[in-house]
Amino acid sequence: MTMNKEITTAQEIKGGPLTRMLLNDAAGRKLLIILALMSVLIPLSNVLLPEGSFFHVSTYTMTLLGKYLCYALLAVSVDLIWGYCGILSLGHGAFFTLGGYAMGMYLMRQIGDRGVYSNPELPDFMVFLNWTELPWYWLGFDQFWFAMVMVIAAPGILAFVFGALAFRSRVTGVYFSIITQALTYALLLAFFRNDMGFGGNNGLTDFKDILGFDLQADSTRATLFFASGLALILGYLISRFIVTSKLGRVLVAIRDSESRARFMGYRVESYKLFVFVVSAMMAGVAGALYVPQVGIINPGEFAPINSIEMIIWVAVGGRGTLYGAVIGAVLVNYAKTYFTGAFAELWLFMLGGLFVLSTLYLPKGVVGLWAQLKEKYSSSGGSGPDENSSSDDSAVIEEGRT
Amino acid sequence: MSITRPKHIDQPTVLYMDGVSVSFDGFKALNSLSMFIEPGEMRAIIGPNGAGKTTMMDVITGKTRPDSGTILFNNTHDLTSFDEAQVANMGVGRKFQKPSVIESLTVFENLEMSLKGGRSIWQALTHKLTGEKIDKIDEILSMIDLKDRLNTDAGSLSHGQKQWLEIGMLLGQEPELLLIDEPAAGMTDEETMKTAELFKELSKKHSLMVVEHDMDFIEALDCKVTVLNEGSVLAEGSLSTVKNNQKVIDVYLGR
Repeated sequence: MTMNKEITTAQEIKGGPLTRMLLNDAAGRKLLIILALMSVLIPLSNVLLPEGSFFHVSTYTMTLLGKYLCYALLAVSVDLIWGYCGILSLGHGAFFTLGGYAMGMYLMRQIGDRGVYSNPELPDFMVFLNWTELPWYWLGFDQFWFAMVMVIAAPGILAFVFGALAFRSRVTGVYFSIITQALTYALLLAFFRNDMGFGGNNGLTDFKDILGFDLQADSTRATLFFASGLALILGYLISRFIVTSKLGRVLVAIRDSESRARFMGYRVESYKLFVFVVSAMMAGVAGALYVPQVGIINPGEFAPINSIEMIIWVAVGGRGTLYGAVIGAVLVNYAKTYFTGAFAELWLFMLGGLFVLSTLYLPKGVVGLWAQLKEKYSSSGGSGPDENSSSDDSAVIEEGRT
Repeated sequence: MSITRPKHIDQPTVLYMDGVSVSFDGFKALNSLSMFIEPGEMRAIIGPNGAGKTTMMDVITGKTRPDSGTILFNNTHDLTSFDEAQVANMGVGRKFQKPSVIESLTVFENLEMSLKGGRSIWQALTHKLTGEKIDKIDEILSMIDLKDRLNTDAGSLSHGQKQWLEIGMLLGQEPELLLIDEPAAGMTDEETMKTAELFKELSKKHSLMVVEHDMDFIEALDCKVTVLNEGSVLAEGSLSTVKNNQKVIDVYLGR
């Protein structure tokens, strides 16, 4: 029974859920440790250390980094469906923005009578439009718990309905990408309209406080940063749990050979729908944490280009690894912050160039490049890296597992 | 579900097709095709290109809906009203002409995923590898001769090994009926003969329908042969009978 022994090794590779999630993911583990340290130390240094101290992190920097953490969570949600299941959604910004609006509605209700028109019930823009009472869909948003439920439920329900229709009709590939792009554009147009009741093109802003804490206070900002870090870590672990389970292998099967998955007896549309809804909910949470940190949410967030940018983050970082998505989101957004400051008008060209370059020369993103370099300099033979014969993204998946 | 049992079924069949027609833009891919396969039977299907062999597999497995006709599985289930996943879970396994395995998963993972049961989302999320499943995978691995490639990515297997892995994955599903499309295509002579041996072994436990062009392979299978042409059955019988049939020589063998 030598055979059984060998299989047991294979079983050891898999192990229990915890082993699978963490032990076989060296790069992800490092990333999680860095994230955990950042989430604790940065807020502490901001609040406790004096402003002149070398280790003091300014509120500006912390808020900027907090924004990156939200983008990173969004990137993980995109990688979950694109990297593992091959669903290229070009409308993920819609789910992010919906989550953001749900949070924004809560923050609007928190303003109470401190608005310009001092109306205790109605947000300013409604008073301005001569509305006399809250529309029904604003009810309940004065409660934090209700808003948090909606942060997850609104994107989740939209993804469920949209996904059920699309996947059941077997809309795949570029057709799916196009209709998701249309979805987010339709929402953009709808939210621009004043009579939708979401503040029209100004969106929701002038927030005062969250759960009674002043949004401008450093301690609130620090807490929001911590929450963003925590959400990213949790989102990463949930995604990791999914992709390392058998369900994750079914997703890969759907990506690599959808018909084989079907003829094996797996309901491809149900699996796609499941992962699409989970991903949308995660994007919604990212949006909800983003809004109080940037202080505004408006229909511009629905813009199709935002959804395309997310794809670039994941492509640059390295598709199908999860941690690559985090790295890509932070790198590209750091570059964006820097270059939009330095040469604003060139940024879009650079973004486009980045996408072309990473598609042509970095099919596995920067994490793939890193692995390649490591292999090149650690192999003593000097014969250069072995070209993997299997398809490009498969090797990335391997990377994440071994 | 009750369906009217065609009155001329007087014997158990694993697959029964009666008057099945499919047309694509006016082209009749299947033209009132009728045939049946007995439980435990191995059947070879031959015929020229465009005879409807692949379309026939498509309608059996729920990929294509026929315009008319009946397809019964085990005399009871009307396969025309189910989709691919449902037909697969009922016990019909299908192998494609081009090897289709999950290239970025290992041989082991491919087989693990194919094992019968656990098709729901929840079951897939909470799936655990039990000793029983390991034994089953072990058994399949020795049958398809891939024991030592267990942890290899399916994508880096040779063509023949991919074909075997796919057959192994079918076995994992524990189907009653196996539909196999050109298994010997691209295989070496040695591999072809090994595959024929494997199928003979399989036919002890399963019913098989094998589409093939390779006459040596068909001969090695040593089973009843059905010749398809223009979407319906041209001839049926042992290989030697079919080979000497003038119509078959005209449309297929003679060319």
